[in-house]
Amino acid sequence: MSSESLDAGAMPSTPVDVKPSRRIVYRHALPIRIMHWINVVALTLMFLSGLQIFNAHPRLYWGNRSDEGTAILALGARQDAAGNLQGVTRIGKHEFNTTGVLGVSNGEDGSAQMRGFPSWLTVPGPQWLAMGRRWHFFFAWVFVLNGLCFVGYAAATRHLQRDLWPTGADWRGIGRSVVDHLRFKHPHGEEALRYNILQRLAYLTVIFVFGVGIVLMGLAMSPRMDAVLSPLVEAVGGRQSARTIHFIIAWGFVAFVLIHLFEVLITGVFNQLRGMITGYYAIDATPAAPPPPDGEAPDTSGPSEDRPHD
Amino acid sequence: MTDRRSFLRMTMVGAASVLAAGCDRISQTLWGPDVLGKAEGLNRRVQALLSPSSSMAREYAEADISPVFHPNGTTMPATPAYQALMADNFRGYKLRVDGLVSRPAMLSIDDLKRLDVRTQITRHDCVEGWSAIGKWEGTRLSAVLDHVGVAPQARFVMFHCFDEMEEDTPYYESIDLAEARHPQTLLAYALNDQPLPVPNGAPLRLRIGRQLGYKQAKYLARIELVSSFDDIGDGKGGYWEDQGYEWYAGI
Repeated sequence: MSSESLDAGAMPSTPVDVKPSRRIVYRHALPIRIMHWINVVALTLMFLSGLQIFNAHPRLYWGNRSDEGTAILALGARQDAAGNLQGVTRIGKHEFNTTGVLGVSNGEDGSAQMRGFPSWLTVPGPQWLAMGRRWHFFFAWVFVLNGLCFVGYAAATRHLQRDLWPTGADWRGIGRSVVDHLRFKHPHGEEALRYNILQRLAYLTVIFVFGVGIVLMGLAMSPRMDAVLSPLVEAVGGRQSARTIHFIIAWGFVAFVLIHLFEVLITGVFNQLRGMITGYYAIDATPAAPPPPDGEAPDTSGPSEDRPHD
Repeated sequence: MTDRRSFLRMTMVGAASVLAAGCDRISQTLWGPDVLGKAEGLNRRVQALLSPSSSMAREYAEADISPVFHPNGTTMPATPAYQALMADNFRGYKLRVDGLVSRPAMLSIDDLKRLDVRTQITRHDCVEGWSAIGKWEGTRLSAVLDHVGVAPQARFVMFHCFDEMEEDTPYYESIDLAEARHPQTLLAYALNDQPLPVPNGAPLRLRIGRQLGYKQAKYLARIELVSSFDDIGDGKGGYWEDQGYEWYAGI
């Protein structure tokens, strides 16, 4: 892992010393890189402004109504014997003391405040529903349009069909891939350019289940849209169910991003970052491959025969 | 590796605080909320395409009605005018309808009941996120508009309310004529087969099927037809709109 994460470009330029020899390939096409970073911004701001909106009524329900006492998740507050504010998270019938983070947390002035999620997890920081909605709906459009562009581009360039859709061999290797992931074992050579089965399933799930699902559940909360979407609203259990699912998928995105960042971290953060910023990604050269001419600098005559990936 | 990790951690914490501070600062500028608010026009236009103005809000069954219809905002208007009406059980109440109309009118609840009335069990969605289902009985606003005759230059229906949110700042709301003429837009005088209770807006409130709760003005005192609401309140078309909420509350 350590040799993988070493940036070959930082090595002394004597070719003999390069161990193992590295080859730079053009991996991520420009439109993909742009859409990736737009998505980072949009998802981040939608998540943080979404928690701001959630804080206006920090409880979740199932069904169409939010009757008193029927919440399945509630972030609340009460006073303890000494009169101090205590944050209480209730999931079903189970209560947890979450003072400091959920229910009660310190505001920007340092005083204890009753609020669902803490100010460092919301945009804007102070309780401000109207502004949270502005951020949320603005970036919802960015997210949706960017997502449509991605799917259109990926389908047109066959990135979707070639790199994301699992092959029969991928499916047969799923057991081995799970074991490799659990052992944090990742390929370093040509194989590193190819998405493995878990990666493919993760990306497809995030795009077509999480992405599509969270947008539909968002629309299912809109009273105007419900005039035409009511079959969908009733199919998921009601408007409050849609709100609950919207919330769960948002955390599903967080789980995906954490795993994604972890994988980036253990497979060479600088190489991966460079890949998603400049497009160029270094792999261990396989013995059969010719050594790169003159060190590792990307060839200006064009990004070799490697097709852009990801 | 350790250096790299602490560098990463510093970068991430740094980025997060810059992001949070940046967002808060943008929220305080004049241009920031304006730019972000561009989404409102897009929402309104696209939703009108996807869900045409004739589309109907879902109506529920008796069994779906909330045991308690949670009252929000003002639950007891303190103004002398309202207190006097309430003391008399609203017998002296008359809704004033004026502005850009051919025949301004003062309508009692009984007058309203003689126009086209409708009963509907619909869901109320608050901007905060909660929902409640209630059975509303009321006069279709379109019938009231026909009764008074709308002038051609009228574009919006303003609802002026008895309750004051701050001193000398009465609640008010506005909708466009398409929303006003929608079959589910009612001036409701009954909730769940009872006269409208005071916490829910007695004696008369607005019900529109496809927008959020803050549009559903309670304690109606006067309806005014206008061509523009620029000169009313802070000019945004409603009390909460003046506080930064969207005029179009379909989402």
